[in-house]
Amino acid sequence: MIAEIGHFALILALAVALVQATIPLIGASRGNATWMALSGPTSTAQVLLIGISFAALMHAYVTSDFSVMNVAQNSHTDKPMLYKVAGVWGNHEGSLLLWITILALFGFAVTLFGRNLPPGLKSRALAVQAMITVGFLLFILLTSNPFARLEPPPINGSGLNPLLQDPGLAFHPPLLYLGYVGFSMAFSFAIAALIEGRVDAAWARWVRPWTLAAWVFLTCGIALGSWWAYYELGWGGWWYWDPVENASFMPWLAGTALLHSAVVVEKRDALKSWTILLAITAFGLSLLGTFLVRSGVITSVHAFATDPARGVFILGLLVVAIGGSFLLYALRAPTLKTGGLFAPLSREGALLLNNVLMATGAGTVLLGTLYPLFADALDLGKVSVGPPFFNSVFLPLMVPMVLAMGIGPLMSWKRGDLAGALSRLKVAAIVALIVAIVTWVAQGGSLGPWWAAAGMGLAVWLLLGTLTELAERTRLFRVPVGQSLLRLGKLPRAAWGMTLTHAGLAVFIAGMTASSAWKVESVQSQKIGETVTVAGYAFTLKTVQDVQGPNYIASRGTFEVTKDGAHFAVMQPQKRSYKMPPMPTTEAAIETTFLGDVYAVVGDASSDGGYVTRLYFNPLVVWMWFGTAMMVFGGLVSLSDRRHRIGAPTRAPTHVPANSVKA
Amino acid sequence: MRRLLYLLPVAVFGIIALFFLRGLTLNPREIPSVLINRPVPEMNLAPLPGRGENTGLATADLKGRVSLVNIYGSWCIACVQEHPYLVQIKKQGIVPIHGIDWRDDPVEGAKWLQKHGDPYDRVGIDPAPGRTAVDFGVTGAPETFIVDKAGLIRYKHIGPVTPETWDKVLLPIIKELNK
Repeated sequence: MIAEIGHFALILALAVALVQATIPLIGASRGNATWMALSGPTSTAQVLLIGISFAALMHAYVTSDFSVMNVAQNSHTDKPMLYKVAGVWGNHEGSLLLWITILALFGFAVTLFGRNLPPGLKSRALAVQAMITVGFLLFILLTSNPFARLEPPPINGSGLNPLLQDPGLAFHPPLLYLGYVGFSMAFSFAIAALIEGRVDAAWARWVRPWTLAAWVFLTCGIALGSWWAYYELGWGGWWYWDPVENASFMPWLAGTALLHSAVVVEKRDALKSWTILLAITAFGLSLLGTFLVRSGVITSVHAFATDPARGVFILGLLVVAIGGSFLLYALRAPTLKTGGLFAPLSREGALLLNNVLMATGAGTVLLGTLYPLFADALDLGKVSVGPPFFNSVFLPLMVPMVLAMGIGPLMSWKRGDLAGALSRLKVAAIVALIVAIVTWVAQGGSLGPWWAAAGMGLAVWLLLGTLTELAERTRLFRVPVGQSLLRLGKLPRAAWGMTLTHAGLAVFIAGMTASSAWKVESVQSQKIGETVTVAGYAFTLKTVQDVQGPNYIASRGTFEVTKDGAHFAVMQPQKRSYKMPPMPTTEAAIETTFLGDVYAVVGDASSDGGYVTRLYFNPLVVWMWFGTAMMVFGGLVSLSDRRHRIGAPTRAPTHVPANSVKA
Repeated sequence: MRRLLYLLPVAVFGIIALFFLRGLTLNPREIPSVLINRPVPEMNLAPLPGRGENTGLATADLKGRVSLVNIYGSWCIACVQEHPYLVQIKKQGIVPIHGIDWRDDPVEGAKWLQKHGDPYDRVGIDPAPGRTAVDFGVTGAPETFIVDKAGLIRYKHIGPVTPETWDKVLLPIIKELNK
């Protein structure tokens, strides 16, 4: 009964979304306030109806109602409660419902926080938002009903893929979707602005915080997925340029570019049509990711079970949403009034350079991801594009970007002084060079990869460049220290946000470089009592025992690890065999230190009476996670800036009093 | 000219969309075997240790009956996943299954069968670098070939055999060949 209520609520939501997608739009073009105002109650009704539907599916999972086919195929009574809940989005149908739920939440947020928005822009944006909802509701109702019943119900379900039974991964999809769907906000407002033919500072002030929020979620989601791959898949790596990883990375790149170009729109009234294009692209790439995962056109470890009917449907959705938007863009963008002019060497110029490099980066990732499909479709044979392509094409693009990231913030708006900026960065440049040389010498010259020195130098350059900018702002060393501190306290939070995020990226680059360049790995058959030394850590295999988990059995190895003769840690990696569905997984044991992760994996018994063990030392890995956390935190700090607070925008003198900044 | 520039995004997207449309009808996992409808490559593989004399796999063993040739290795995780199902198929007695222990330590390969069950009539070893598997056009393990009565390769399945692929793909082909 509850499942049927959930299904019915979805159908009602479709009807409501159809109303919201049309009436307010017509109202806006006719200037009919009543019709426009309809977007408020309809978006509230949608969030309620879709919320009911989501709750109904959640109920089916929590109570293990196996008469619902989706539950029977993806859950099991023995599963811990956390994974029963996470099982809701661990499959195609449920994750789609989560997608729609988040979409409805964002639409509702416009109604909730957007009281100060001009009614025309708001109702048009909500209508566009509802069009997306209509598309996805049709998709779920016509091809992927999560509430389909099973007659007769099985006694127990077939369980969730054990790889997904992990706390890190339980929250990976919701965060990722908050990011993907969060870009729908920028998208809907971009389309609304194209319809209105007007993009101004108020538009950017509204779009910026939402884009930032989406960016924060997406960054968290990608990092969580990558962290999971690192500790769960047991291969000691954290990124593989898998098509689905790329599918989340491309919107991240476009979103990062959007974030920066929206600043230019807000402050300088320039780069408008480019910003609109990025807003469409960021969400378009999110949709593309959805298509890639669910249509089966690309092979990936992440892909859901595929079905050609679904593929055709999403492709149709993609063509209408992205193709339609780009067409609208082609027709309307040339009519957008261009605003402030700027010299190539200026803050705007630096941001534009960043944008071009980000967009090119996203383009190369797209090309690499889709190349196997292109080759196959053109009968050029079956190819796969792997890390070598991306590392050799994408990473070099990021070098000028990081260099520019050091300089850009020191340039002033409109017309910057490159020579002046560079002279202030002298110290940063010299220290970066020294670090690069020291790195080169320390790794024994060409014994290590050449790019390791470059990577470490770039990280230091970015960190010091960012700190230089902070010192400039506070006039450090030029006025008394007390006064500098006072200035530091008065810095807007948005400035802190930038400093933290850029510094976070610097820390991340250092971690990424070190962990890729100087990883030490040792794979061997190890007997009980035998000691293997990796990067100065001596691993003695003490025991391998069988242990029993709630829905798996595992053989657990116990290593005693010493460093320089002193006790370091006892590490207990496991090799698990899940019962339902039957599948082996590895649980690596990781001891994190400031300088690197000590990482151990135990495998099957080998023929000589030992066990296959894989032992790694992964340098500076924790720096990557810490750097990412700094970026996320920086985003949050920037979000808390009064000027960025969601709901703050006003289209200054015309509609509302200029002082009403608070929502 | 400037207007044309604004058309670029929709044009690029249009091209990508066309490729997607084509892509929906292709299966990226299906790698065509150049050996389909060709004779099984020449081979005479030694048996697994402890499995008895004359249990190895040679080209001549694949003639006279429709049979499956399954590529496995004790190092292969996906093989663990498909293996119980192969054991079940063996019990049904529809078709003999032969194994090739690929790029493996033969002792490990034999132990692995003791642990997970032995569905094979014959098992040949093809230690690294695995010349016979290359002749078969193997891209990874597990892979399963259907060989007809004349010793011609008629189908190649990449990845684990699941109940679904068995019912929908492999079994119909075997029935057809058995007619």
